[in-house]
Amino acid sequence: MLRVTRRNLLKISGTGVVAAGTGGLAGILATGIAPAYAQQKTVHWLRWNDFVPASDELLRKSLLLEAEKALGIKVNFETVNGNDLQPRITAGIQSGAGPDLIMLFNNHPHLYLASLADLSDVAEAVGKAQGGFYDISKGNCSSGGKWMAMPFGIIGAMLAYRKSWFEEVGYKTFPKTWDEYRDAGKKLKAKGRPIGQTMGHSFGDPPTFSYPYLWSFGGAEVDESGKKVVVNSKAAIDSVKFMVDFWKDAHDEGGLAWDDSSNNRAFLSGTICSTLNGASIYIASTRKPEQYQTEKGGLMKDDILHAPLPAGPAGQFGFHTFQSHVVPSYSKNQDAAKAFLTWLHTDANYEKWFTSQKGFSTGITASWEKHKMWGEDPVMTPYAVAGRLGRIPGYPGPTGPKAAEVLSKYIVTDMYAKAIQGMPAEDAVKWCENELVKVYQT
Amino acid sequence: MATMQAGSGAPRPRTRLLEDERWLAFFLLMPTLILLGLFIAYPFAKGILLSVTNTRVGVPGDYVGLAIFEKIWNDGIFREAAWNTILYTAVTTVFKLALGLWLALLLNRHFRGKAFIRAFILLPFIIPTVLSTFAWKWMFDPTFSVLNWMLREIGVIDQRINWLGDPDLAMGCIIAVNVWRGVPFFAITLLAGLQTISPELHEAAAIDGANARQRFIHVTWPLLLPVTMVVVLFSVIQTFADFQLVYVLTEGGPANATHLFATYAYQIGVRTGLLSEGAAISLAMFPVLFLVVIFQLLYIRRVETR
Repeated sequence: MLRVTRRNLLKISGTGVVAAGTGGLAGILATGIAPAYAQQKTVHWLRWNDFVPASDELLRKSLLLEAEKALGIKVNFETVNGNDLQPRITAGIQSGAGPDLIMLFNNHPHLYLASLADLSDVAEAVGKAQGGFYDISKGNCSSGGKWMAMPFGIIGAMLAYRKSWFEEVGYKTFPKTWDEYRDAGKKLKAKGRPIGQTMGHSFGDPPTFSYPYLWSFGGAEVDESGKKVVVNSKAAIDSVKFMVDFWKDAHDEGGLAWDDSSNNRAFLSGTICSTLNGASIYIASTRKPEQYQTEKGGLMKDDILHAPLPAGPAGQFGFHTFQSHVVPSYSKNQDAAKAFLTWLHTDANYEKWFTSQKGFSTGITASWEKHKMWGEDPVMTPYAVAGRLGRIPGYPGPTGPKAAEVLSKYIVTDMYAKAIQGMPAEDAVKWCENELVKVYQT
Repeated sequence: MATMQAGSGAPRPRTRLLEDERWLAFFLLMPTLILLGLFIAYPFAKGILLSVTNTRVGVPGDYVGLAIFEKIWNDGIFREAAWNTILYTAVTTVFKLALGLWLALLLNRHFRGKAFIRAFILLPFIIPTVLSTFAWKWMFDPTFSVLNWMLREIGVIDQRINWLGDPDLAMGCIIAVNVWRGVPFFAITLLAGLQTISPELHEAAAIDGANARQRFIHVTWPLLLPVTMVVVLFSVIQTFADFQLVYVLTEGGPANATHLFATYAYQIGVRTGLLSEGAAISLAMFPVLFLVVIFQLLYIRRVETR
C-alpha cells in the first residue's frame, strides 16, 4: 500500500506544480499567495422577498451570474420577509458577523449609522453619473455629508382602485379630497365593497398611509427644527376624529390586522374597492390576467387605476417606501460589496432590474423618470415621479435616528389604530405625544 | 476490602482520575454546566449588564443605573404587555388544566383504538408551534377566514368576525391557540400520573360506597396533585415567556393590544435596536418567574420529604 507522508505530499505537489509553472501546495506555502480560485470574494446579500417575484428571479438566474463573470465576485443572495430585515441587521451588528450587504427600508439606515461603512464614493459616483439624487434619497441615506446607505429604489405608494365601482357610485374621476373619498367609500361599503387599508405593524402600507394622512391635515410629529414635538395639535386631533368615522363608514374593519400582503389578496379577490399600495396589485393582475377577473367576467387589470392619496385641509402628501443597501462595518468583504454595488448601479445593469419591476420601484435619480418603460402602460405612468413627490418621516423636520425610531415603533400608525379601537381622539393624540417625547427628548 | 488492604499493606493509590467519584461527577455534570452557562447564565448576565446601560444597536452605552427600568415602568405599552402576559398565562393555564385533566380521565379508560387516540392527541404538541400557528393565522384571516365562512354557511353570522383586528378577540384568539397547543401536554402528563394510582384504591373506595365523584375528589385528585402542581408550574413558566405563538399570530397587534413581555422586548430590542430597553423588558419577567420557581422547588421538596 502506498504510504503518503505529509513531507512526501509537499514534495510531490511542489515538484509537479513547479514544473507546470503554477505553484502547487509547496509553491502556495512558499509564496503565501492563495491560488486564484481561492481568492474569489464572496458577498452575502440580504434582501426582502420582492413583491415582484420576477425581479428576484432575474437576480438569481441572470444578473448575479453576470456579476460573477464581470467581477469575480460570487454573490450569495438571500431573501427574507421585509419585516425581518431589521432583526437581521441588529443581530449582525451585535454579533459582528452576518450579511455583507443588507437592504433596508425608508430612514432605517439612520438607526445603524455608527455601524455602517461609508458608501460616499459609490453613491456620489452614481449620483453624478445619473444626474443627481432625489432629496428623499439624500434624506434617507446620508447624514452629515456621509452616505451610509446606497439608494436603490422607491416603491411608489398610490391608491389602486376599481374604476367601474367608483363610477357606479358617481365618481367618474377619483376623489380629490378626503371628504369625497369617504363619501365614495361609504357608498361602496354599503354595497359590500369597502376600502381596504392596512393599519397593522408592517413596514410598508401602514406608515405610507398614516404619515401623509397626518401631514395633509396639517399635523406633524415634530416642528421644522426636528426637536420639538408638536403632534398634540387641533390638526392632528381633527385628523384622528375624521379617521374614526371614516374607518367605520368606509373601511374593511379587518385592516387593523393586515400586513403588507393582506390588502393585495383582498383587492385581487374582489372584496375591496381601493387600497394604498405599491403597484404590486396591478402588476400581479397583468402577469396572470386570466386568474384575476371581475365579477362580470372581465379582466381585473382593465378595471384598475392608480391615484395619489386625496388632499386634506393642508394639502396633498405622499410617503413612498424607500429601498437602500448598507454595508455593515463588521463585513470583511466591504470592498467586494462596494464593487458589486457600483457594478449593479451602472445604467445597463440597473436598467435590467428596473424594467423587471414594471414600475413597482422607480429609480433613485430623476433620470429614470424618462425611461421608455413608463410609456408602455399608462396605468403605471403616475408612479414615474414618486421620487419627486414623497416626504420622509420626521417631516417637516430633518429625518434622523429619532424619526427612524418613531417609524420603527409604528407610533403614528398606532395613534390612529388606537382611536379606531375606541380610544377618544384627544387621548390617542396625547398618547402619541407622550411616546414621541420619550423618543425625541431622551 | 479490609482484608485486601491488609494484604497489600497501604491503600492502592488511585491512578485514574475518573475512579474518584467526585471527579467523575464533575465530568458527568460538565456538559450540562457548559450548556447552562452558555445558553442561560451568559445571556442572563449579559441581559443584566445591558439593562443598566443605555446601549443601542452598534453603540456601546454608558452605565445609567436603573434609569432604563424607570423608563419602561412609565411606558404604557410595557404596562399593557405586563397585564396581557398575566392574563394570558392565567386564563390559558386554567383552561389547559381543566381540559387536560378531563382528557386524561377519558384516555385512562379502556376503549378500542386507545393507543392510536393517545398518539393522535399529541399532534398539536408535536407540530412545531410556528407551523401550527400559521395554520391558525389563515383560519383567523381577516378576509379569508375559514371559520367565518363556516359560521356564515351555517347561518350563525351575517358579517365577518374581525378575529385578529379587534383587541379583545385577538387576545381570545391567542389564548385559544395556546390552549389548543398546551392541552395535550397536560393530558399526557396527567395520564401518566393517573396510571400510577393503584386500581385497588378505587376498588376499596367503591366497596366502601363512594360514588365516581367522591372517588375522584377523595382518591384520584389527592394522589394526582403532586404531578398536577409540577405540570402547572412548568406550563406557567413556558406560557409567561411565550414568544412564537403571539409573534406569528398577531405580532403584538392590533396597536400593541396583544404584546407579551417577550414580543414587546423583541420589538423594542431587536427591531428598533434599543438593546437596553429590550433587555430590561425581558428581565421584568424574572421576578415573577423566580417566585414561581422557588414555589415549585419548595413544593417538590415537601413532597419528597413526606
